[in-house]
Amino acid sequence: MQQAARSTIKAAATNDEAIVQVRGIDKTYGDIEALRNVDLEFSRGKLTTLLGPSGCGKTTLLKIIAGLVPATAGEIRVNGRVVTGPGPERAFVFQDFALMPWATVMRNVAFGLELRGVNAAERKRIATHYIEEVGLVGFEDKYPHELSGGMRQRVGIARAFSVNADVLLLDEPFSAVDEQNRRKFQEDLLRLVDLEKKTFIFVTHSIEEAVYVSDRIVLLSPRPGRISQIIDPKIDRSASPDDIRRDPGYLNTVEEIWDGLRHYVD
Amino acid sequence: MSSSLKLIDVTGADKAPVNIGQALGRLFEKVPALWTLASLALLFGAWEIAGLVPISIAFPTFTSTVAAFVEMVLDGTMGHAYFLTLQPLLLGVAVSAVLGIVLGILMGLSLKAEWLLAPVFIVLQAAPMAALVPLVTFIYGIGLTAKTLAVIMLALPVIVLNSYKAVRHVNPSLVAMCRSFQGTRLQQIMKIIIPDASPVIFAGLRLGIAAGFIGVMLAELLITPTGVGDLITYHRSIANYAHMYAAVASIIVVSTVTLAALQWFEIRFLRPEKRKR
Ligand SMILES: Nc1ncnc2c1ncn2[C@@H]1O[C@H](COP(=O)(O)OP(=O)(O)OP(=O)(O)O)[C@@H](O)[C@H]1O
Ligand SMILES: [Mg+2]
Repeated sequence: MQQAARSTIKAAATNDEAIVQVRGIDKTYGDIEALRNVDLEFSRGKLTTLLGPSGCGKTTLLKIIAGLVPATAGEIRVNGRVVTGPGPERAFVFQDFALMPWATVMRNVAFGLELRGVNAAERKRIATHYIEEVGLVGFEDKYPHELSGGMRQRVGIARAFSVNADVLLLDEPFSAVDEQNRRKFQEDLLRLVDLEKKTFIFVTHSIEEAVYVSDRIVLLSPRPGRISQIIDPKIDRSASPDDIRRDPGYLNTVEEIWDGLRHYVD
Repeated sequence: MSSSLKLIDVTGADKAPVNIGQALGRLFEKVPALWTLASLALLFGAWEIAGLVPISIAFPTFTSTVAAFVEMVLDGTMGHAYFLTLQPLLLGVAVSAVLGIVLGILMGLSLKAEWLLAPVFIVLQAAPMAALVPLVTFIYGIGLTAKTLAVIMLALPVIVLNSYKAVRHVNPSLVAMCRSFQGTRLQQIMKIIIPDASPVIFAGLRLGIAAGFIGVMLAELLITPTGVGDLITYHRSIANYAHMYAAVASIIVVSTVTLAALQWFEIRFLRPEKRKR
């Protein structure tokens, strides 16, 4: 009894532990100041969204966390270790999919494993699992040009999952997808977040999408990007998707973010 | 003609011609090569008629050209000419392909290699090579080396510059993807950069081979009267126009077939996704 209680406390503690820490990040491209003094923490197992006007540095921040772009100042820690480049505990989902047009769905999904020297049989086993999880069974031998935009992004997501990283970085993954499919994707994403128990850092333009999928929303100000507000939507996610979109908590959060962003638009 | 067809159609008395037309249409759809054949038939038909008119005494008919070709094949002059022409061509193209792709990729990957080599090849590509080919004579005399060098002079710059541009225009997002999954620089080059660049590299190779044919012909016409070039010059000088045309046409066919074979190779082995289209 006591032991059970203690273990739940411990679980809660590890859940709240910051897996990604962003400390004093500045980024300038030549004379363009993209980010200024960004301090942030991302909790393990949560989905955090970076939201902000176009050009405010969302992609830049995500790529700095990924180790793809060096920061001008400040540091990133993942699992307590300072980031100096890309690492196996982080996987990136690209806005433009970044699929190899000459490779099949199977090879694209398994590419992260291929680069790590995993043998072919093991690669195939793992990739098959994630192809199934993103709903692409039957398309293993198709090439990217034979898939719709939405299906291509599922390939990108399956590829990121197959390397079994702790942190998934998604840069506007659904921006090339139409509204109907987008809703379906958001639901699929929530299912995967639940299933995979990973930490997600998600960039989007859409307030509704952010509120619908996130545990926490970080609002960035226009360039130079700074943190302007942090919002934790209180939404009952066990409800059906349509009910969630009618939930007062959902609607209020959307409104709150609108108010937060309005003075930038005016 | 068309009115009589219409008449048959309206009365419906005889559907046969229409059906044949439809069947033919379907056949053409199924076997696209028939279009190529039809277009060649049209070209050769026009050639034959133009030769019969005749538009000039120096313009033989298609049939007499074919006859001349068969004659030259049978008496061995054609075979001997190609034996002499293909050696420097193959050698020069092979050297240009290997050297050109390697240098081009290096220039695409390294700024230092670019600074060192790009100006040389840009100047070479811009130079009127036909005027430079005779220079080779003084340096290397008139032999296999001179002809091979002429092929390389024409083929190499275009292969180098295309490979270089191909590497420079590789999708940066794919390179970032490879980095994000901790691909090494070697993996990045072998698994992303070269495959992504290969269509443009191959386009350069095709242009380079076409230029190589020009190079060997120029060398044979301008500096070393041997091989197919000599066949052309010789038959022109003795007003054997059918034979001259046969030699010219044969080199066009050889060059076309070579380029088509290269394209087939590329699609077959390097870009599998294009095979299904
Ligand atoms: N490689 C680069 N070189 C120079 N400037 C850059 C580069 N990448 C981004 N920037 C600049 O930095 C700023 C932030 O860019 P970033 O792509 O991070 O914005 P974003 O928030 O992702 O925008 P969007 O919502 O439109 O995708 C922009 O002003 C952009 O012009
Ligand atoms: Mg962006």
